[in-house]
Amino acid sequence: MTDPVLSLSGLDKSFGALKVTDNVDLDLSPGEIHALIGPNGAGKSSLIKLVAGELKADAGSIRFGGREIGDLGQAARARLGLTRTFQVSSLVPEFSARGNVALAAQARRRSVFGFVRSVAKDKDLTGEAMEALERVGLADRAGVRVSELSHGEKRLLEIAMALAMRPRIFLMDEPMAGLGQEGSNRLIGFLDKLRNEAPILLIEHDMEAVFRLADRISVLVAGSIIARGNADDIRNHPEVRAAYLGEDEA
Amino acid sequence: MPELITERRLNIVLALILLIGPLIAYFADEPFLVTLATRATILALAGVGLNIALGLGGLVSFGHAAFFGLGGYAVGIVATHHQNYEPLMTSPFVVNGTNQMLVLWLVAMLVSGVAALVIGLLSLRTSGVYFIMITLAFAQMIYYFAISWPAYGGEDGLSIYVRNSFPGINTLRPLDFFLLCYAVLMVVLIAQWRMTGARFGTALQAVRQNEGRVAALGLSPYGIKLAAFVISGMVTGLAGALYADLNRFVSPSMLSWHQSGEIMVFIILGGVARLFGPVVGACLFVLFEHVFGSFTSHWQFFLGAALLAVVLFARGGFIGLLAGRARHD
Repeated sequence: MTDPVLSLSGLDKSFGALKVTDNVDLDLSPGEIHALIGPNGAGKSSLIKLVAGELKADAGSIRFGGREIGDLGQAARARLGLTRTFQVSSLVPEFSARGNVALAAQARRRSVFGFVRSVAKDKDLTGEAMEALERVGLADRAGVRVSELSHGEKRLLEIAMALAMRPRIFLMDEPMAGLGQEGSNRLIGFLDKLRNEAPILLIEHDMEAVFRLADRISVLVAGSIIARGNADDIRNHPEVRAAYLGEDEA
Repeated sequence: MPELITERRLNIVLALILLIGPLIAYFADEPFLVTLATRATILALAGVGLNIALGLGGLVSFGHAAFFGLGGYAVGIVATHHQNYEPLMTSPFVVNGTNQMLVLWLVAMLVSGVAALVIGLLSLRTSGVYFIMITLAFAQMIYYFAISWPAYGGEDGLSIYVRNSFPGINTLRPLDFFLLCYAVLMVVLIAQWRMTGARFGTALQAVRQNEGRVAALGLSPYGIKLAAFVISGMVTGLAGALYADLNRFVSPSMLSWHQSGEIMVFIILGGVARLFGPVVGACLFVLFEHVFGSFTSHWQFFLGAALLAVVLFARGGFIGLLAGRARHD
């Protein structure tokens, strides 16, 4: 087996008495989708935040591309190629869809100090933005202000921004949330191919999506991983059924 | 929302009004009105500086008088040394004063830029109300320092006996000086317009709207805000330099929190983050001061009423009222 791109070991995080991450080990190999599931409040989003650098772990290690990154901030980790999509769309509301993706393309170049040349006329940035928008099917909405996009379109724009970052791994926090059946199906097809560009650590509530996509599934309950395996293992795992599947409509 | 006119056309009209008005006043032999327009132009420039931080970057600095005053004092101090034939320093090498505006402007921008860097490094670690208070505190520190430093006039301020020089024009003539200030304002506005659409302006506006997102993209919001704050301070410092030459006088009042508030008022009246917002705001301010001030010393009552009306009914300020919502790409 190839070396994992990302590996977490013994990760701990508490907020006061509340242990949101409890001795978590997890890794992500090239070309795979590793799904993280668990009931609400299990600490899934916190774990993504720990990996992305928005939160700092109390203990444990995060290795990325063979390097310890636990001490790096969010921006530094993003620069190394860890790109995250947000559970609640996090976009620049007054920019157009194209403007948002162009910002991601600009960020990938780590380019801030341009004072004269217009971004809107910068073929490099806008061309790349349009390419990413086309891939997610938003090209015809490129000029629309984000605040005027529908919920589903914002979700897709999140993905387009992540694409423009050309990351080494994707951290996706519930990309399907609120997409509807048809939108989910299309996104599942898209992510299925995307794993070949970069592996995906996927948090998702939509069980159908998880079972269709994930190579491996880790089940997080109360901050610790109680089971891990492929779709069949997880479907039939008694503890998982009790802790999660049984009490969820999915 | 349908726009009455596009913002760019409105800006061109406003720029022309600000140019033609004083020309008419000049030919109508009303030099006082020319000076009034010069005052509005310089205050507008101070507002343009703050607008880069406050409007584009969302950094509500309540301490921009610090940069305005430092720019003014830089000019005052260097020019008085020149006038008194006293070198600024003698060891390790001699540095003399100067009366050349181009040099004085550079000094003023350098001084206010360094001050903005130091203040920004510390205060940009906070946000919201804390940022407002910390910038205010720094400005007050500099204000009290100026008051208690007798070498350069202390509380009484510092007079510049003759307005400094600019190659090719006679700055002592009100119209010449107005045109010079107007040209500076226009150059800065054009630079700001380019910057706003370029990569830096894009990143800065993104930081204002969603800082977490910018960090998640791998850019450092702190660095972007700091750069914006320094640029902002330098522009307001340049305005301070012109203001010192306009009045041929600098005093601690240029550093006071009233001054910080006034600069902020220009932006709110005219339109936050709008290119010509501070220009309109400063003109309205000077107009109010002149018109209502001529029959009551409580003219600020009317200014307050106007400010209230803008905040309650026209959040985009005067520019927003005429040109609609700001457009971005």
